[in-house]
Amino acid sequence: MCRIGAIKSKVPFHPSKALYLMLPQQEGHDNSGFAMVMQDLYGRFAEYKDKPLLSVACTQKGNKLIEDFMDNNNFNPVYEWIPNISKRPGLDIKAMPYYIFRAYDYPEHYADTTPEAKAELLLDIRLALRELLEKAGQGYVYSFWPDVLTLKEIGDPRDIAEYFGLWKETDELTAKNIVVQCRQNTNYDIVRYAAHPFFLQGYTLCANGENTFYTKNKEFQKSLHRGYIGFESDSQNFLYTLHYVLHELKWPIKYYKHVITPLPFAEITTRSDRAELTAIRQSLGHLEINGPNTIIAMLPSGDMMTCCDSKKLRPVVVGRDENTLAIASEVCGINTILPDRDKTLDIYPNEREVVLINERLEVERWKQ
Amino acid sequence: METVKMQDVSVIDLPWKIEYQSDRCTMCGSCVATCTFNAIEAGVERRSVTVSTGHQPSPTQRHSAVPVIRQKASLTNACVGCGMCEKVCPNRAIRPIRNLDSRQNLLARTGGATIKRGGRTNLNSDRTLDKIIVGRISQMTDPALDSERHTFDILAPFGRVLSPKELPLAAVGNDLKLTTSTPPVNWIYPVIFSDMSIGALSTRAWEAIALATAYLNEKHNMPIRMCSGEGGMPVKLMQSEYLKYTILQIASGHFGWNRIIKAMPEMKVDPAGILIKIGQGAKPGDGGLLPAAKVAPHVQAIRGVPKADLMSPPNHQGLYSIEESVQKMFLSMNAAFKFRVPVAIKCAASATSVSVYNNLLRDPYKICGGFFLDGIQGGTGAANEVSLDHTGHPIVSKVRECYLAAVKQGSQGQIPLWAGGGVGLTGNAAADAFKLLCLGANGVFLGKMLIQLCGCIGNEQGRCNSCSTGKCPTGICTQDPHLVRRLDIDKAAQNIVDYMLALDAELKKLMAPIGNSTLPVGRSDALVTTDKAIADKLNIQYAC
Repeated sequence: MCRIGAIKSKVPFHPSKALYLMLPQQEGHDNSGFAMVMQDLYGRFAEYKDKPLLSVACTQKGNKLIEDFMDNNNFNPVYEWIPNISKRPGLDIKAMPYYIFRAYDYPEHYADTTPEAKAELLLDIRLALRELLEKAGQGYVYSFWPDVLTLKEIGDPRDIAEYFGLWKETDELTAKNIVVQCRQNTNYDIVRYAAHPFFLQGYTLCANGENTFYTKNKEFQKSLHRGYIGFESDSQNFLYTLHYVLHELKWPIKYYKHVITPLPFAEITTRSDRAELTAIRQSLGHLEINGPNTIIAMLPSGDMMTCCDSKKLRPVVVGRDENTLAIASEVCGINTILPDRDKTLDIYPNEREVVLINERLEVERWKQ
Repeated sequence: METVKMQDVSVIDLPWKIEYQSDRCTMCGSCVATCTFNAIEAGVERRSVTVSTGHQPSPTQRHSAVPVIRQKASLTNACVGCGMCEKVCPNRAIRPIRNLDSRQNLLARTGGATIKRGGRTNLNSDRTLDKIIVGRISQMTDPALDSERHTFDILAPFGRVLSPKELPLAAVGNDLKLTTSTPPVNWIYPVIFSDMSIGALSTRAWEAIALATAYLNEKHNMPIRMCSGEGGMPVKLMQSEYLKYTILQIASGHFGWNRIIKAMPEMKVDPAGILIKIGQGAKPGDGGLLPAAKVAPHVQAIRGVPKADLMSPPNHQGLYSIEESVQKMFLSMNAAFKFRVPVAIKCAASATSVSVYNNLLRDPYKICGGFFLDGIQGGTGAANEVSLDHTGHPIVSKVRECYLAAVKQGSQGQIPLWAGGGVGLTGNAAADAFKLLCLGANGVFLGKMLIQLCGCIGNEQGRCNSCSTGKCPTGICTQDPHLVRRLDIDKAAQNIVDYMLALDAELKKLMAPIGNSTLPVGRSDALVTTDKAIADKLNIQYAC
């Protein structure tokens, strides 16, 4: 079972906090990787918030391919953060030669287009880059989105953090939101793309557990959107459904839970919104998930959401103090970073519950 | 000595031979009385016994005439192996034995007539489903469920489902509201009692199935639906609340529809659905057939026909094309019930099924509420044997192909797939249903199995298969007023109810280990097969 977590804060914080959240949860698993998505960036990226930021791990040849491609597509680099790499011998990391965290200017002719058009362009570019690197076998592209940075690598999280200099708490790289995970795929092959969090057009998601409806979800999602690709992990299904419900169908967020874990028919028939819920269950039956799992998601607005499977087979906890809120699959991680919080305020969402946290750290809870 | 001509039909030419032990027989006459095929008769045989009782051989010969039961050497009165004689004999003195050297196929086409019979194909009883195993069992990270403790949603859609983007939903604040109506969809049990008409079945057998349907709904909360078959319905049933458990069938002969239309103003509730029958798996390309022998007065009344062979045309008649005529039928059926009742279509599985399904999926009116695919192992009340044994298409790969065709265009689930034709052939319908669901069916339909639960003794090895004769020995497929009394309606209904309760429990026993609380439609990953060809064809895992 993966350990997953997220931190949301009113003040920018350093990624080391995410490591402190995750490391106590390592007992019983192999700590085989580290992956995080940072959103609402401060430090070096503070002044480039509106510029799409590319997160890539690649070879030298891959870097060249990207530079040429971006140049041909009229994206001009405006800033690049180069991590202070530590190459101490003995570090447990399967590092790639190059890590790109580069902000670009939109092509000139996109200056006045709508945010929707820009969102489509950024996705197209990321998909094209992914294909380019995949075909050449020269690297991985994780996200291309304004104010979002993704870092993923295989190895021991402590060593990965040392490699990227993440233990040294500086103001260089901070954010108000981080979604994090410390384990590589244990079910199937270890592939960088299989590590959560997954990202698509501003939506970030990680999930632990198992989705036994993976095949039927995948078969349906493949034809729903060009961005629903990869499927290296059954947890990608959760992200694609989130994106589909919120971004494509533009439905209120509460319907996400109705899609992935619909109420039993017997319960639907007793409700006043039975017509709508039945229609949703009918038409989105192939997006239902099954099996044990917990989901932590971050929306384009920076709001965070968590919920779990409808049989409550996987736990999740939400804890907070005044300025910081943390979500984790195990409470020990939250105890480490928020030891003085009021634990009576901790939230253990039930099988029908959704917890949503907004920018002001206000917590909204509802049952589907 | 009698003269025997070589061309005379004799008992050894027939498919079944009667094994008779005269020393056990008391000549009670039960066997002769019970044999509906008039295949045996009481007769007298000569016996010649030589006896010697003294100390020295002093043989004497005694001639006697003894009464016996003997088989008629007649094709029209051939024993069908139903075994009723054995069943009623108090002394186990008589039984039918299969005759492997039968010459019936060579002799039975007298006068140029084709061989007709009921039942299923006797040539194609190979079972793909038995070579598939539910092989993905949840173990640790994905725990299996407890089939006794967890709740399961065992329901399937009957009706046209819209794609998510077609749903007329508008956000009002944080809520979605339907702004217009959507096509009707009824969520029902994933096993439908298949279309067997009054006519093909005796009224009592039909009633037993209707009774079981109502009982399962009312007492066990299992939303089973029964399809009427092409032959109308009793008016009183149409005027009752129980109509809601019935799917009305219209087929190319339109038999019974006059009554249905006339009853419509009196209907208190809507039927569960309409099923337009285009074809049947047992005899694809052939219309329904009810031999005159079974067109009893009440069947004439319900169908509005004289006593004659009732042959439904092989397709629906239209001025322009079958497509046009079906489209018209869809529209009129939808309109007749003011678009409140889903209308589905039943076709024989065929090499062309995917094209038909694609046509339906792309129909701009979105009025097809289900695609019922009937495989070659489906049963029938009457057909030409050449159709039964030599035409049709296996159901398993066809359902899979249709599902994958829908997957390719992202429209899976929009026209629910229902599979039939051999489901439960070995008596294990839950496993068959489960595997077909994993391959992409939304539900299955059962026909022959229901009458087997009522007492039908027919099988795929040529036993009985006499549904077409009007002489059904179990009172199920006949209209003979004497024979129909052989069927105990309550007991027949009880058997169906018991079976369905067990089927429900067995479905849960299969859903729980794969960790699913809802039906695993399309979960092909849950299946494995030890047959490489099946694995390749169905796109499921090969295991050995």
